[in-house]
Amino acid sequence: MTPEQIASIAHLARLAIDEAELPRYQESLASILSFVGDLERAQTQEVSPMAHPLTGLVQRLRPDVVTETDAHELYQANAPQVAAGLYLVPKVIE
Amino acid sequence: MSLHTLSLKRLAAGLRAREFSSVELTRLLLARIEAHQPQLNALISQTGPSAMQAAAAADGLLARGGGGPLTGIPLVHKDIFCTEGVRTTCASRMLDNFVAPYDATVVAKLKAEGMVMLGKTNMDEFAMGSSNETSFYGPVRNPWNLKRVPGGSSGGSAAAVAARLAPFASATDTGGSIRQPAALCGVTGFKPTYGRVSRYGMIAFASSLDQGGTLTVSAEDAALVLRAMAGFDPRDSTSVEQPVPDYVAGLDQPLSGMKIGLVREFFEKGLDPDNERCVRAALRVYEKLGAKLLEVSLPNLALSVPAYYVVAPAECSSNLARFDGVRFGHRAKDPKDLMDLYKRSRGEGFGAEVKRRIMTGTYVLSAGYYDAFYIKAQKVRRLIANEFEQAFTQVDVLMGPTTPTAAFELGSKTADPITMYLNDIYTIGANLAGLPAMSIPCGFSQDLPLGLQLIGRHFAEGRLLSAAHAYQRETDWHTRVPPGYE
Repeated sequence: MTPEQIASIAHLARLAIDEAELPRYQESLASILSFVGDLERAQTQEVSPMAHPLTGLVQRLRPDVVTETDAHELYQANAPQVAAGLYLVPKVIE
Repeated sequence: MSLHTLSLKRLAAGLRAREFSSVELTRLLLARIEAHQPQLNALISQTGPSAMQAAAAADGLLARGGGGPLTGIPLVHKDIFCTEGVRTTCASRMLDNFVAPYDATVVAKLKAEGMVMLGKTNMDEFAMGSSNETSFYGPVRNPWNLKRVPGGSSGGSAAAVAARLAPFASATDTGGSIRQPAALCGVTGFKPTYGRVSRYGMIAFASSLDQGGTLTVSAEDAALVLRAMAGFDPRDSTSVEQPVPDYVAGLDQPLSGMKIGLVREFFEKGLDPDNERCVRAALRVYEKLGAKLLEVSLPNLALSVPAYYVVAPAECSSNLARFDGVRFGHRAKDPKDLMDLYKRSRGEGFGAEVKRRIMTGTYVLSAGYYDAFYIKAQKVRRLIANEFEQAFTQVDVLMGPTTPTAAFELGSKTADPITMYLNDIYTIGANLAGLPAMSIPCGFSQDLPLGLQLIGRHFAEGRLLSAAHAYQRETDWHTRVPPGYE
């Protein structure tokens, strides 16, 4: 893991990391990746990946009807910046 | 009579018989929280005024002959469960100002039973940790020894029950976060089968592993609450449509003929001799009660921690993408553009361990590494689940230690993440396979409690609870109260 790789992962994850902190993350991520590298030992040629602990269950569907009422004012009470019922962000299109 | 040391079952009977009121009980426990909070830091928010109102309402209901078996019983909720109108932080700066707009299903169900919420418990930030030291609000201290950690991530919940601040605390378990703190604090921790308890309104960490459960003094008390907490919820798409048996009625099923599997790999290197001694003594109690002991082997179990530290961070990096500084949560000051807003809000809002896991998850999901890490870990997950399934063709319940050692000192494992991750070496397997599992007190090492772990087949919660109950009728480890909290 190079500092550039750490910076690139942080960018993909949309995390601002102080330059001074990069070595700390570089060291701990390297040790985590080396630790999980043990997985290579396992024989998994004929094994299918397991995404969900209860196999055999199918994704449940529900009728396509409206079940939620409009509560945007309640939800927007937690928003950092709102105007006229809209979430405000810095200008995106010049 | 000191009400705070009574079991939840006994409190319920007393409330019903009008020996004391919910208002009296609630007032007493609120006073205990106030007295012990400065040392323990077990709670993030206290909800005294609304608790007193709820207690008075419960008393009114009971006086009219109404209510159920849990009406008027006080509880604390882990601060990962959304509570309508009450701050819900997940122990993160990110959600320091977040007031949940609705109740989690677990919260709504227990509220409907007439239970009284005293407050929200401290935890590791976003449930990522095994010592409660990653909380934005500072670590929780273990009531058995204030220099020691309570375990994590449900450290505040376990400490609150151990210190007799509440007879029940809700908790969640993604890799051991109920069982490990239960063991280190000397209480009973129960993690149901994946999908048994609704995840709706439970802030997501790793969605294929997270499961809500209970921290109580005894298995009998766990059965009482779990009966009300469990069940199908149409609002959680992974909730299982299975009827919930009456766990309380099933507590007395006999142990005779029950086959207990001792997982060989649990007793290999790394297990403290005191833990081994206590676990072996507990197994002799089971033998005396008529159970048969068999050794079983789960050869790939050693890979459960590496598999978990790929799967859980991958799911966490995806789940925590919702914290963007736009709709809720922390927002950085004076962002220069949208990218700066995202990055600085997340960089400032999340603590170091959460950032480390998000970055690990981002890496293992990224192009070029996805197959080598993520798919490989999912395949190993299948191998481990298959080994559990195989073991359960020979035995009814698996047993072993919950943790390798008793509670460790604050700060002693924070420098190296791998050392901390290995605390969950015995507990993670049950999460990967989605199995119900619990920890019950089984002895002490230098005045610090130790836990016996029980793992069952899918949906065999009743079998686990009755096995634990049988042990707790023969022993009194679970009734021990830390000195100073009697």
